[in-house]
Amino acid sequence: MSEREVLELLRENARYSTADIARMTDLEEDEVEAAIEELEATGVVCGYQAVVDWDKLEDERVRAEVELNVRLDRETGYDDISQRLARFPQVKALRLVSGDYDFDMEVEGDSIREVSQFISEKVAPVPEITQTVTHYVMTSYKENGIELGDGEDDERLSFSP
Amino acid sequence: MTFELSDRVQTVPPSGIRRFFEIAEERDDVISLGVGEPDFATPWAARDAAITSLEQGKTSYTANRGRRDLREAIADYVADRFDLGYDPDEEIIVTAGASEAVDLAFRAFVDPGDTVAIAQPSYISYEPGVIFAGGEVLPVSTDEEDDFRLTVEGLEEAGADEADMLVLCYPNNPTGAIMPAEDLEPIAEFAREHDLMVLSDEIYAELTYDGEHTSIATFEGMRERTIVFNGFSKAHAMTGLRLGYALGPADAIAAMNKIHQYTMLSAPTTAQYAALEALDSCESDVREMVSQYDRRRQFVLSRFREIGMDVFEAKGAFYCFPEVPEGFTAEEFAEEVLREQGVAVVPGDVFGAGGDGHLRISYATGLEDLREALARIEAFVDDHA
Ligand SMILES: Cc1ncc(COP(=O)(O)O)c(C=O)c1O
Repeated sequence: MSEREVLELLRENARYSTADIARMTDLEEDEVEAAIEELEATGVVCGYQAVVDWDKLEDERVRAEVELNVRLDRETGYDDISQRLARFPQVKALRLVSGDYDFDMEVEGDSIREVSQFISEKVAPVPEITQTVTHYVMTSYKENGIELGDGEDDERLSFSP
Repeated sequence: MTFELSDRVQTVPPSGIRRFFEIAEERDDVISLGVGEPDFATPWAARDAAITSLEQGKTSYTANRGRRDLREAIADYVADRFDLGYDPDEEIIVTAGASEAVDLAFRAFVDPGDTVAIAQPSYISYEPGVIFAGGEVLPVSTDEEDDFRLTVEGLEEAGADEADMLVLCYPNNPTGAIMPAEDLEPIAEFAREHDLMVLSDEIYAELTYDGEHTSIATFEGMRERTIVFNGFSKAHAMTGLRLGYALGPADAIAAMNKIHQYTMLSAPTTAQYAALEALDSCESDVREMVSQYDRRRQFVLSRFREIGMDVFEAKGAFYCFPEVPEGFTAEEFAEEVLREQGVAVVPGDVFGAGGDGHLRISYATGLEDLREALARIEAFVDDHA
């Protein structure tokens, strides 16, 4: 069960040191290290990334949520289509979803032009794709469970009973 | 004109932490481990319910004892969580914080000259509360060697068998001590044997990190002599909303309500809506906060051990209570670590008998700040080794 506990802490903050994780749990530091190794080896943890508030940066980052409708045939299934799409580095996330459309795809680029071109030239022509609807992200309020913005000051008194 | 202060007011000394506020003001990089309230905001669903109630104009007084639906929700909650059975109509009163409930109890049950035994170190409001009610305080100290649990020997030593009332608070502020069932049992027996009324402040009940909280009111023959206090400040992070409650036998709650109806009328209405929602839908928020506190608790205990300061294994509330290193009184340590390192802690003496030589460390603070504060304490201890 130690892996579960370590995973929870890494999901909270992947930069916690192994020493701090050990202090926060009943585990020894080498047990924490072993748990992390196991999580990585089995592919449960497949990467670590920063959560970014792009509005705080000068350079533009264009992101779009794209709805994709597809038509399957005897030779082609969802997995085949998803593989074709997922290999493009512009595609940051790709999920099969229930509802009005089939895939939910996140695309990122340096400009609207770049993202539009990618969708019209690389995505739309895929024969099984019958429709794309692109939503450009205008503002992000929360990413990966973290509220973006300036946060609130701690207004508590420094001493209270 | 000059006001002639009443003897009762004059008897109570000024707050022991006032001075520290002023020192803290002088620096702008202070990290405070002196805060006795959650660093989390009230769960959003509860705040949202409060806002909605305001939008709907629900801003009138409520029934003196609090909204009936809230009392029912409290009855269900304490039954479910702590095995406490109280009738929402007669045995529950909703108050402006547990603070008000505690004050009501002192005023309802203490006569001038009555002796009130208080298990200490303890929350600082009980003693003044007893004095304002005209009673005499009998401190009963608890010790580190007993993990700051109250013992029958301690009660006997203090002469509590002669007292009229006993006040306890577990999980404890400031020590973080808890009282498991097997330790409470003999205390219950002592109270029955010596006919003591018991006031049990269980406001930190949810913040129990080892086993389940047990209320003294659940022991045989205790319900009829006990008032239990609880509230939304700690577990539901609602300090500023000011909402608590008391549970007790019908005639006792009626007596408390007699004072409450003239002095408070009813607890804050907006807060009652928030509280109702908190009980209705915020259990997972509470669980999440408790698990955060527990991690911080283990982090802080580990760090004190690494620093070489003795600290007993606190298992409740959001405090731990390390010993100050040799060469310092608690007061000196607290003052100097604040001046030199900008870390605010509260000296244990403030909390009464048995608190000297210790510091109350609150871990109701984010991990980043805890890490930095502990590093500064470590530097301070090294500098003065
Ligand atoms: C033990 C104890 N009881 C009661 C209170 C006051 O609670 P409330 O905000 O409900 O008045 C506190 C607050 O610090 C406390 O620590």
